[in-house]
Amino acid sequence: MNETMKNTLLFGIVALLIMSVGFQQSWNSALLIVAMGLISSIMALGVNLQWGFAGLFNVGIMGFVALGGLAAVLIGVPPTEGAFQAGGLGVVSALLLGAGTVLLVIQIMKRMQPGWQRNILVIVVLVAGFFLFRALLDPSVERIEEINPAQTGFLGGLGLPVLLAWPVGGLFAAAAAWVIGKTALGLRSDYLAIATLGIAEIIIAVLKNEDWLTRGVKNVIGVPRPVPYEIDLQNNPAFVERAASLGFDPVEGSTLWVKICYIALFAAVLLVLMWMAQRALHSPWGRMLRAIRDNEVAAEAMGKDVTARHLQVFVLGSAICGIAGAMMTTMDSQLTPGSYQPLRFTFLVWVMVIVGGSGNNLGSVLGGFLIWFLWVQVEPMGLWLMNVITAGMADGSALKAHLIESAAHMRLLTMGMVLLLVLRFSPRGLIPEK
Amino acid sequence: MDFLNAIVALANYVLIPGIAYGSQLALGALGVTLVYGILRFSNFAHGDTMALGAMATVLMTWLFQSWGLSLGPLPTALLALPFGILFAIGLLLFTDRTVYKFYRVKKAKPVILVIVSLGITFIYNGVTRFIIGADDQNFFDGERFIISAREFKTATGLDEGLSFKTTQGITIITAIIVVALLFWFLNRTRAGKSMRAYSDNEDLALLSGINPERVVMITWMIVATLATIAGVLYGLDKSFKPFTYFQLLLPIFASAIVGGLGNPIGAIAGGFVIAFSEVTITYAWKKILVYLMPESLEPNGLVQLLSTDYKFAVSFVILLIVLLFKPTGLFKGQSV
Repeated sequence: MNETMKNTLLFGIVALLIMSVGFQQSWNSALLIVAMGLISSIMALGVNLQWGFAGLFNVGIMGFVALGGLAAVLIGVPPTEGAFQAGGLGVVSALLLGAGTVLLVIQIMKRMQPGWQRNILVIVVLVAGFFLFRALLDPSVERIEEINPAQTGFLGGLGLPVLLAWPVGGLFAAAAAWVIGKTALGLRSDYLAIATLGIAEIIIAVLKNEDWLTRGVKNVIGVPRPVPYEIDLQNNPAFVERAASLGFDPVEGSTLWVKICYIALFAAVLLVLMWMAQRALHSPWGRMLRAIRDNEVAAEAMGKDVTARHLQVFVLGSAICGIAGAMMTTMDSQLTPGSYQPLRFTFLVWVMVIVGGSGNNLGSVLGGFLIWFLWVQVEPMGLWLMNVITAGMADGSALKAHLIESAAHMRLLTMGMVLLLVLRFSPRGLIPEK
Repeated sequence: MDFLNAIVALANYVLIPGIAYGSQLALGALGVTLVYGILRFSNFAHGDTMALGAMATVLMTWLFQSWGLSLGPLPTALLALPFGILFAIGLLLFTDRTVYKFYRVKKAKPVILVIVSLGITFIYNGVTRFIIGADDQNFFDGERFIISAREFKTATGLDEGLSFKTTQGITIITAIIVVALLFWFLNRTRAGKSMRAYSDNEDLALLSGINPERVVMITWMIVATLATIAGVLYGLDKSFKPFTYFQLLLPIFASAIVGGLGNPIGAIAGGFVIAFSEVTITYAWKKILVYLMPESLEPNGLVQLLSTDYKFAVSFVILLIVLLFKPTGLFKGQSV
């Protein structure tokens, strides 16, 4: 069996699995799996760029995805009336001042001779900058949060078309990645892992606590959509007629149509990114990255700037995760900072990349669909398994109740097992690197 | 101006909590640093090892409580602790046999072991949640305070109360005993010396007839002990919740790196550096400043540098500073 046949077969199997959901459960869930599978594939593509091409271990995918979500809010949501007049200027100038302080410190570090004078100056600038920053920020934040706290109480966004948020999400993630990469790359490989773990936790903490920016745990709902609303479709006689002619009632027809629109958009993004990633893989740049990955010392001896290339690819990969994050928030139409869990957004993407085949873009896409399918379906399967195991036990026994209740935690176990088994017995994944 | 009250307030809100939290972090960081020194990878599963060990202890505590066993004023958990440690040792040795050993024999890159440990993290986390659920569990019993705020006020006549919780006392005492035993073991016994030799120079150690598998086994046993003790102490002091242990990973790693990965003394120092930075930066200093400043200069706000929600940001920023300026840590670690 040649390679194309094998790959087609693998994708065919995944397609069949998803279609079986459509036949057995509902086409709505099947299409949702496809849409989320597309987003997952994009995230996996980004991580594959970092891990598969360059061997960088990023444990902060969740943070970059969340930054993309933030972009969707800041670009798509209409501005809160009066919020910018109340405190917008203060917030913006505080943020500029913060950035200015950091730049000033960097300049001092560069220009002055090392010694106690420099250290003292740096500390003075930092402390003064911090207090000025708080003095500017705090009152403005208070004024913003006072505006109708039950519905808004935040700055809102720019009210631009939400599709614009996707590239902006990528830019946000790229900026965060640049800061992390600049500090942690060039040191031991584990340090990047720990630094990314940290930045992810902090980004989530900021989203949860800065109410003026994201409404915190009160969530931003109703992020505008790039596709029509179900209710408009149902009130549109032309659409109802067309749905009826295909044998759908208006409600089901409209929900399916909305999902198909999203899938078309996501598929277009995936195709573009996939094309770019493939071109990158086969370009001299991609070969150089793989040479660095396989033997850093030799590549350095050939005059390649290892740290700079790592920084480049780390920023690019994180940006792709940011784009995917913005897409996901757009589809959900809401930003819920409380729902970002490392398991769901970091670990799962890793399983996708490893299972699909690290270093192979097609493998990442396959992994994205397959693992997302498993992730959605493991819970009902676990529940079913627990019901089978406990079938013999007396009704109402504590053990039975506990086992059935714990079935929800099966996901963690299964995904951990899948990762370990693949790493051990098939470390090159389903579609190995050529 | 009222120095006495200011000092008492400082001790009550900053010093005692800082020392207790620092001891917990130090014990956790010691485990991470030992794995790093001997097995040469960053063990992401350490937080969840703490959770699993603590879980076994919690279950044993409940069993003892149902039998009516207790230690009087001390929490029953201390009686259950050895069983929790045994469980954790068994678990880690089993994990090593079935998972890590394969990669060690193959001499896989450290980053592969880090990924593997991430997989283990989620399996452990799943097991913990599967057995005990994802919610808060309370397993503390016995006397709540060694010194309660009210007793202190009546005894000294000061305005400011000083409370010293039993769990804080136990944490500090246990940490001192454990650290003393660990250093005695590493510096005085044959097994400990062979561990240090292996950590310093693997090839030379192998040449002089040290059995690497034995060193690895002893390391895992010590790591399991440290992790369980740290997990139980943290659980007693705050509360036992499986997810918090994963979040503890960041301050623990920060402690180990600040001190210098692979260096046990560094891990302890790092634990206290991180703990005190976290506590001082997120504490609202108004209470203490009110006593120290003349009335006209009293601060209006809380004088809190960062809200407690950002305590992880503190360890992270310290981590970044160390990585930028002194990647080998305060005490020379092995890392480059």
